[in-house]
Amino acid sequence: MIQNMLESTPSYLQTGGFFLVGVAMLMVVLGFVTYAILAERKVLGFMQLRHGPNRVGGRFGLLQTVADILKLLLKEDTIPRDADRPLFIIAPVIAFAPAFLVIAVLPLTERISFANIGVGLLYYIAISGITTIGILAGGWASNNKYALLGSMRSAAQMISYEIPLVMSVIGIVLLTGSLNLNDIIAEQQSVAFLFKQPLAFFIFLIASVAELNRTPFDLPEAESELVAGYHVEYSGFRWAFFMLAEYVYLFAMASLTTILFLGGWQAIPYLTFIPGAVWFGLKFISVVFVMIWIRATFPRLRADQLMSFGWKVLLPLALLNIFLTTIVIELFRSF
Amino acid sequence: MIRTEEMLLNVGPQHPSTHGVFRIVLKIDGEIIKEATPVIGYLHRGTEKIAENLQYTQIIPYTDRMDYLAAMTNNYILCHAVETMMAMEIPERADYLRVIVMELGRIASHLVWFGTYLLDIGAMSPFLYAFREREAIINLLTEISGGRLTFNYMRVGGVKWDAPDGWIDKVREFVPYMREQLAGYHDLVTGNEIFMARIKGVGAYSKEDALSYSLSGANLRCTGVKWDLRKNEPYSIYDRFNFDVPVFHEGDALARYNCRMAEIEEALKIVEQAVEQFPEEGPFMAKVPRIIKPPAGETYVRIESPRGEIGCYIASKGKKEPYRLKFRRPSFYNLQILPKLLEGENISNLIAILGGIDIVLGEVDG
Repeated sequence: MIQNMLESTPSYLQTGGFFLVGVAMLMVVLGFVTYAILAERKVLGFMQLRHGPNRVGGRFGLLQTVADILKLLLKEDTIPRDADRPLFIIAPVIAFAPAFLVIAVLPLTERISFANIGVGLLYYIAISGITTIGILAGGWASNNKYALLGSMRSAAQMISYEIPLVMSVIGIVLLTGSLNLNDIIAEQQSVAFLFKQPLAFFIFLIASVAELNRTPFDLPEAESELVAGYHVEYSGFRWAFFMLAEYVYLFAMASLTTILFLGGWQAIPYLTFIPGAVWFGLKFISVVFVMIWIRATFPRLRADQLMSFGWKVLLPLALLNIFLTTIVIELFRSF
Repeated sequence: MIRTEEMLLNVGPQHPSTHGVFRIVLKIDGEIIKEATPVIGYLHRGTEKIAENLQYTQIIPYTDRMDYLAAMTNNYILCHAVETMMAMEIPERADYLRVIVMELGRIASHLVWFGTYLLDIGAMSPFLYAFREREAIINLLTEISGGRLTFNYMRVGGVKWDAPDGWIDKVREFVPYMREQLAGYHDLVTGNEIFMARIKGVGAYSKEDALSYSLSGANLRCTGVKWDLRKNEPYSIYDRFNFDVPVFHEGDALARYNCRMAEIEEALKIVEQAVEQFPEEGPFMAKVPRIIKPPAGETYVRIESPRGEIGCYIASKGKKEPYRLKFRRPSFYNLQILPKLLEGENISNLIAILGGIDIVLGEVDG
């Protein structure tokens, strides 16, 4: 569908079509974010002997997040006097926009993928790196010491964990011979990469939790130390933008994990009558659940431990994984 | 060459991890603390001065508000001081009730510490689990005293209320339940790699330092000093119970954690024995004159609170109000070592060290 539109001649209709598809995707993602926040609160509540939201929107609190967002929209928009005004205003946007951009390349089912580009994986990793700049800018522009410490940590953390994240997927790229996410899914027709690349999966999972700034790697916003980290001076909808970015990344990262390691929309053998979208949804939800579960269970690492873990443990393991994968591929080729 | 600059960071008095209104002014270089200056007094209410104008029974509610996590112990220290001055005999039943509520309070206090400490370290769930068990204790104490935190339960010469029907049985049932939950905490938290990495070797000090800074409670016992007033100077009826004083030798945050967790178990042992020996009959209040007038003179008594050695000094001129009242508040003394511990540490460790000391601001500021 998208491919046909790309190949058609430019016209108002085509532009409008693109716009509508984009808006539709935005709605899907915002819908996800709304209910992911609710799901997170509900699952956390379930694990922590609480009920979670149960007032707004029936007994499952279905409208709680909507109410929260409305509240944030109504709040006063405060900008600290000594803040760097333009940077303060633009920082949430810089953090948020890439989160949406990366979704374009994620093939959600066999038919729905917005941009089937050759270097999809590279595109994802490259674009998601921009968010760090938004966080760093936000922390710097706030002119607050806690925010500065938070954004400093965040920059260090994002850079340190992006490397093992990228390194861990190289094994998959080697096995597939392509950076295209559709090709990677097609390669998992018989066996998901989770079983061919278990080490890579664990490295990827840990590094992605770190990339998402979630517990046990939530140092940039470590509540008990830095109060709220880089967004301590933000309020109202500017703050919501940071939070939205975080949850959109959760969506994107869980989708990417599903695509890279769990076979995307591919069905489990013999169950092919169930449509791909359902499979994708199921795998996706289990990844999100694991992320929430991790949050409910673990304490937070210390900044220096985080660094040494990233550089001294994850990176060598990722390199080892690449090494092993290449050897196995070569052996298969020679026999 | 990068030019670095020291930064002044003000932590508190409104900060999620200072456990109240405590403030520390930090001089930091990057994330490394160069100098730490604690600022206290935001919760100072002048309890000791107020007490000079109150009758002894009227002071008891004020003691509730010092260490509000273990108010029963504070009730006891005041009553104990007055009783010592008046050389009063306490009925056995009252003594048992006092020991049971004090030890339950000790467990509740350690549970709050456990939960909030884990919350400081970044783990959310244990906090809520600990508060579930604490709630069970609070319910028991509410049933006997009528208050949730500020009990105002003890009186000079005994306790205000007798145990309601079936209360002792509820306490008896609580002990195995708490043991089971405690095993669960160890499964969830004690074996956790990240938690161990965060607290092992953090904020360590030697036995000599602990003694010279006049630390007490778990902060002292974590360095290998076996000092617990319940054993060393038995007061009330503590000599009738069989329990250990947990001692660890490393002097770091992990040792303090282990020490407090073991103390919960020991407190459970005491509660279990006290419930077994609990006298069926008897008065819960001694014969006390309507207006309490200790003889002229002075006295100092000390007992073991969950946070350490709590003491009470009373100077009396034979009137119904004390001439001078002074509490030795363990949190205040334990906090003294903080600047020394923080020097050269990472900011993330600030929380692990401060939390490990287990302060209650109501007690620090008096």
